Amino acid sequence: MADFIKNTKKFFAKVKQSIKNFFWNIRRILNNGKRRIGKFLDKHNLNFASKFPGWAKALVYLSPALIVLSIFTFWPIINSFALVVYENYNMTSNTITGYTLFGNFITVITDESFIVPASHTGSSAVINTLIIVFISVPISVLLALFISAALNSIKPLKSFFQTIFFLPYVTNTIAIGLVFAYMFKTDGGLINQLLSFVGVDTAGLSWVESGAVYWRSMFVLIFYSIWASLAFKIMVFLTSIQGIDKQYYQAAAIDATPKGRIFTKITVPLISPMIFYILVTSVIGAFKIYNSIVALFGVTGAPSGVDYNLQSIVMYIYQFIDGSNAGSLSVAAAGSLILFAIILVLTLVQMQVSKKRVHY
Amino acid sequence: MELRLENLTKIFTNKTGAETTAVSELDIVIESGTLVGLLGPSGCGKSTTLFMIAGLEKPTGGKIFFGDDDVTKLAPEKRGIGLVFQNYALYPHMTVYNNILFPLENLDVPRTEAIQRVKEMANLVGIGELLDRKPSQLSGGQQQRVAIARALVKKPRVLLLDEPLSNLDARLRLQMREEIKRIQRETGITTIFVTHDQEEAMSISDKMVVLDFGIEQQYASPQSMYNNPDNIFVAKFLGNPPINTFEAEVKKGHLMINEHKFMKFDVPDGLYDVGMRPENFRATEEGFKIAIKDIFHIGRDTMIHFDFNGSNIRALVDSDNIEKGQKFVHLTIKSERVYIFDKKTGEVVNHG
Ligand SMILES: Nc1ncnc2c1ncn2[C@@H]1O[C@H](COP(=O)(O)OP(=O)(O)OP(=O)(O)O)[C@@H](O)[C@H]1O
Ligand SMILES: [Mg+2]
Repeated sequence: MADFIKNTKKFFAKVKQSIKNFFWNIRRILNNGKRRIGKFLDKHNLNFASKFPGWAKALVYLSPALIVLSIFTFWPIINSFALVVYENYNMTSNTITGYTLFGNFITVITDESFIVPASHTGSSAVINTLIIVFISVPISVLLALFISAALNSIKPLKSFFQTIFFLPYVTNTIAIGLVFAYMFKTDGGLINQLLSFVGVDTAGLSWVESGAVYWRSMFVLIFYSIWASLAFKIMVFLTSIQGIDKQYYQAAAIDATPKGRIFTKITVPLISPMIFYILVTSVIGAFKIYNSIVALFGVTGAPSGVDYNLQSIVMYIYQFIDGSNAGSLSVAAAGSLILFAIILVLTLVQMQVSKKRVHY
Repeated sequence: MELRLENLTKIFTNKTGAETTAVSELDIVIESGTLVGLLGPSGCGKSTTLFMIAGLEKPTGGKIFFGDDDVTKLAPEKRGIGLVFQNYALYPHMTVYNNILFPLENLDVPRTEAIQRVKEMANLVGIGELLDRKPSQLSGGQQQRVAIARALVKKPRVLLLDEPLSNLDARLRLQMREEIKRIQRETGITTIFVTHDQEEAMSISDKMVVLDFGIEQQYASPQSMYNNPDNIFVAKFLGNPPINTFEAEVKKGHLMINEHKFMKFDVPDGLYDVGMRPENFRATEEGFKIAIKDIFHIGRDTMIHFDFNGSNIRALVDSDNIEKGQKFVHLTIKSERVYIFDKKTGEVVNHG
């Protein structure tokens, strides 16, 4: 029996070796062929590839991506710049009544529920979005940092815990949203049950349903968007923390550095490029928030029967895109450009700050 | 503070279960305030020993004492040691200044004193001009000096140096060697200095430990180790040019070389490995006659090559005693400078 196992092992080792030999030889033949072709081309002065400068070759390799990007990104961007100056653009008849430089911007800016909260809504898209961005992004980044530092120091069941924290990432956002909506139900929702368990009167304490006050539904929304975005951040931070050379921690231990200082003085600075990357992408992502709100509150962006609205900028823009009214596409374009400008400015500010704070 | 290692052992086990014994039953006492050189070839367990003393590596067996305290299980931050890492381990995101200041920020030191100490230490190791740079903007030698400053600035109870001068040029190395020795004397810090350079170890250490494959070969003062090596490994490891070794038989109490009686020794008859240092030979009128194979005049000294029992032997003698074109020379060597080693164990049999 032992002999049999030994022979099988030997056999498989042999098979492995011959497979490796096979690929080795294939590569040799291919390389040889390449060299021969190259020589032939050089001899007859046909080798165009070596005549082109490097950037020209790079352009050729990039062209498939560039073509797709042009069709789906660059062209729409150019178009939205065009749309913004149209007056009363009609999509079906493809006609306009004239041109305007700021008209559409003014329409957007003065529109109720974009910047200024209208009396009957009590909130506006820009305010909602800014609240979400400036509360959820810092909290989720900080939380992700702490969790990944903690996860990194766990020894037993390490991969188990890491999997748990990564699970939300592979789950559908809409599905989690529905689960959240269910958890925050007024009657029999998990949260209210827990609250009444610790002695809070939860009768009529609604979170996402009619009767929920603005900050309560906003709380659920922020809670949800933090939760949904946490997994990816944790994964990025954890991988970068694990990439830090062990010797810095050894040096810190020798110098009797307290845990908190190790975190702020060594871990955070050493992964600061990643923190910066996550910060920029999450700010951009949070400005474009859309499906979390839909998942929690439906396409209206408001719990039923309330006088406010949790619409985000993208949701605001989206309602004009059906193009049923003349000129509405131009309004949407103006809204998009404003969003673009806000994100651009914020990203530039972050880059400026990062020059001092990020260590590459 | 006295440092005591008792049966210290470290065995690394990798994922497949293969074991590497990095340090094996190390048993030494380092007296308070002395500088001990830890010497040995690459991979013999020097860094592992230091890491165990520092608390960064957990011993597989044995104990470590600082004075009377058993620190074997103590966390590194509680041991109050300074360590210069072999690869410096400077914090890459901090300036030189902040790197040196960092250990002090964790101690109870007034700020003005801390800054003062950083400046003094930086000037001492000759990097006072570089305080604003990041480690990546320094040469290897400069980084090494920052690492030394960082270890010394907190005035540790025990100082561990892992090849701290390996990246410096010859002149700077000599200078830093003296500087470290001076600081060590002045402060009386118990210090372990790891190196694989035997000359460096001999010149800086009060006592030296020689390791091979994690096993202690000898623990003695440099001079006594040089003159009385315990075994052939130590004899070969120390000295430049290295010791000559060759096989020779002892017949009826006489060491036989080139089929002549060379010298009388009180050891049992048999085949031995024999060691003689090149500089211990003297060229004289009388003595053992050898045929010169090759001769190199190096200023004050002359290197003569010849054969002992078929092995090439080198002798370093005074140039005055050799004449040009000489074919033969008479050499003598003191009997206590002839080392006879057991062929199997490598232990010296005529000393000790
Ligand atoms: N983490 C580890 N896992 C497994 N083996 C290790 C580990 N660290 C060191 N070793 C082994 O232990 C032995 C001693 O290593 P150590 O680093 O102490 O050598 P050293 O004397 O400092 O050598 P050098 O002069 O090259 O720095 C080596 O054989 C090395 O391969
Ligand atoms: Mg080492």
